[in-house]
Amino acid sequence: MSRLSHLQALEAESIHIIREVASEFQRPVMLYSIGKDSSVMVRLAQKAFFPGPIPFPLLHVDTTYKFKEMIEFRDKFAADLGVKLIVHSNTSALQAGANPFRLGTERCCGLLKTQSLLDALRAGGFDAAFGGARRDEEKSRAKERIFSFRDSLGQWDPKNQRPELWNLFNGRVEPGESIRVFPLSNWTEMDVWQYIHVENIPIVPLYFAKERQVLVRGNSLVMPEQDFVKPQLGDRLETVMCRMRSLGCSPCTGAVRSDADTLPKIIAELVTVRNSERENRVIDHDREGSMELKKREGYF
Amino acid sequence: MAAALVQTPTQPSFNIEAFLAAEESKGLLRLTTAGSVDDGKSTLIGRLLHDAKGAYEDQLKSAIRGGEIDFSLLTDGLRAEREQGITIDVAYRYFATPKRKFILADTPGHEQYTRNMATGASTAELAIILLDAHRGLTTQSRRHAFIATLLGIPNFVIAVNKMDLVGYDQEVFNRIREEYQAFLQRIGAPHSYFLPLSALKGDNVVERGSHMPWFEGPCLLEYLETVDPADRMINAPFRMAVQRVVRPDANFRGYAGQIGSGTIRPGDQVQALPSGRTSKVRRVVTFDGDLEMAHAPMSVTLTLADEIDISRGDMIVSGRPPQSARMIDATMVWFDAHPLDPAHDYLVKHTSQTIPARVDGVRHLINVATLETEAAASLAMNEIGVVRIAASKPLFFDAYKENRVTGSFILIDRKTNHTAGAGMILGSAEGSLEDAADRLVRLVRASVPPGSQLNLPSDDAQAVEVVRALLKGLLQ
Repeated sequence: MSRLSHLQALEAESIHIIREVASEFQRPVMLYSIGKDSSVMVRLAQKAFFPGPIPFPLLHVDTTYKFKEMIEFRDKFAADLGVKLIVHSNTSALQAGANPFRLGTERCCGLLKTQSLLDALRAGGFDAAFGGARRDEEKSRAKERIFSFRDSLGQWDPKNQRPELWNLFNGRVEPGESIRVFPLSNWTEMDVWQYIHVENIPIVPLYFAKERQVLVRGNSLVMPEQDFVKPQLGDRLETVMCRMRSLGCSPCTGAVRSDADTLPKIIAELVTVRNSERENRVIDHDREGSMELKKREGYF
Repeated sequence: MAAALVQTPTQPSFNIEAFLAAEESKGLLRLTTAGSVDDGKSTLIGRLLHDAKGAYEDQLKSAIRGGEIDFSLLTDGLRAEREQGITIDVAYRYFATPKRKFILADTPGHEQYTRNMATGASTAELAIILLDAHRGLTTQSRRHAFIATLLGIPNFVIAVNKMDLVGYDQEVFNRIREEYQAFLQRIGAPHSYFLPLSALKGDNVVERGSHMPWFEGPCLLEYLETVDPADRMINAPFRMAVQRVVRPDANFRGYAGQIGSGTIRPGDQVQALPSGRTSKVRRVVTFDGDLEMAHAPMSVTLTLADEIDISRGDMIVSGRPPQSARMIDATMVWFDAHPLDPAHDYLVKHTSQTIPARVDGVRHLINVATLETEAAASLAMNEIGVVRIAASKPLFFDAYKENRVTGSFILIDRKTNHTAGAGMILGSAEGSLEDAADRLVRLVRASVPPGSQLNLPSDDAQAVEVVRALLKGLLQ
């Protein structure tokens, strides 16, 4: 009898995790970031409850600095799926003028992502929140549990995590506490792309290379699609064949030069690429261990 | 050669569709590593990741110290670890070769972190146990093998590292192998592949190198790519714990779960536990269509021919039925800072059910340094012992050595919600003479007023022996 392929094994594990959460928690919610990992996670949720519907809502924490194509994709995706989508923004911070240029990326993320997320989870009374993070993304994520405990302030204590053995997850929480759940923990970037290919999962067109108008700033390609992106001294506006390797906020996520305009070409590019996907994300590099610090405070 | 890791898509003959088909059907091997602080484990893993191109350049750049790559910095993820220069938690690493994908649980080997090793070992199909050739066999290396054996890992690689420090001497390797082999046999360890290597210099990790021509076996990566992880779970009797009843409308009622062991086909006779009612499988339902056959560890939804009452926590089985008991004996690894307390309330999470339980005494503690059993009333953090669990209703289980899914459980502290310990079921503790004697001894001891004398040996094991003989006499 043949063993499962790695994709089948990962899929079976993720479905098990998603079903456990739906059965053990009062009010689960699935964080939906519009990115490729979210698309895979939602597909796994569909599979977990088939032929029934997904028994929890999706939540998008909208910084309002996302790419337009992402928002268009989000709304169509949720409508096609017939799933409930909650969109939450930190409106008070935005009204006070929060943006990465004025605040710096660390404070901006803190307000528009972390604070906004915690507010949304509290407002919804959610006791479990799925996130699409993978352990291969970043060093501090490599040590995060699949069921990751958060105290009543939403904080992560990396030195005091619940041991996690076999597929027995401890999701016990007191009121106010919650669990972040990472069903894609054991997936790699390559696994995600291969799964999207095999399963024919729709993703935001920004992932595919095409000729785009960008500001060339040193090694970065900045998309000037919104008016808050101001050209700096030395920037050159050029038309470049490029794509996004990961999607974030438009001011903080650069494009990479690429001619990968199909899934097989993206996967082929991955095989040869020598830089990890988050390299073009400014926020991870703010300072040594910056992702761990953000996570401790409640970031996904 | 194992080092030619990826086909390059720029080669003119590169066929992307064929490449994808091969990639997507690759198998997965889960492994774990164990080694002491100074065995060079981080260096070995760093080298494996680096040479298997699992570490990308920008991650590498942040690991450069004094102009050279410090491989240990690739794996030590948390700030506290980088500050202290040690690994304090399980880290999961991912790498791939054209033949296989790997998930590696990197666990620290310090004495105080037995729990991390057990965590990493619980899902592993292979363990790499590191030894320092220079120091030879240590208490730590014995303990690592013991825990890996206890957690039921079916394949071991014994990596005798730092061969460069002993002049790549075959004699040193042979001596260590002989000594360790004897120990492994004693504890009932699985098949073990002994491998001399130098993680620092790269000998026998991804490439053979030229320093040990006397060693003819495959190097580490080659071995990991080809070892057969012999999946016992597919051939075991069918077990599926029901996670959820899927009921979108009145016409469909399905039982969703991940198959723990065995195979299932439409038409198969199954039994639902605890009700004991039997039925036939009508359909094996998935999002991608109904299946003619499904096996462990697939996640599926079963529909049955008959309307029987099944809910979350129940188990659907076929073939030889699992055991059923409210009282079980289990080997337990204790995690929590609060020691195991027989007066305390716990929850046992076993398959998909979570029920109240007590610990009905510690039978003995296992000293992991000497492997001797010792009398104990409790287990402290990182201690291992055999305990008796009294659950509030019957559990349906197989012995852990036969089935890692239905034979495992965790204990949750009801006050703190901490995962207090992990258990591997040895068997039912009900009805045996041994059990009756054990309970009688404790009952008698508890009911004797302070100050009065009891005509029983003060050692528990001896007392049980005396009472057992008495009971046996009575029964004859």
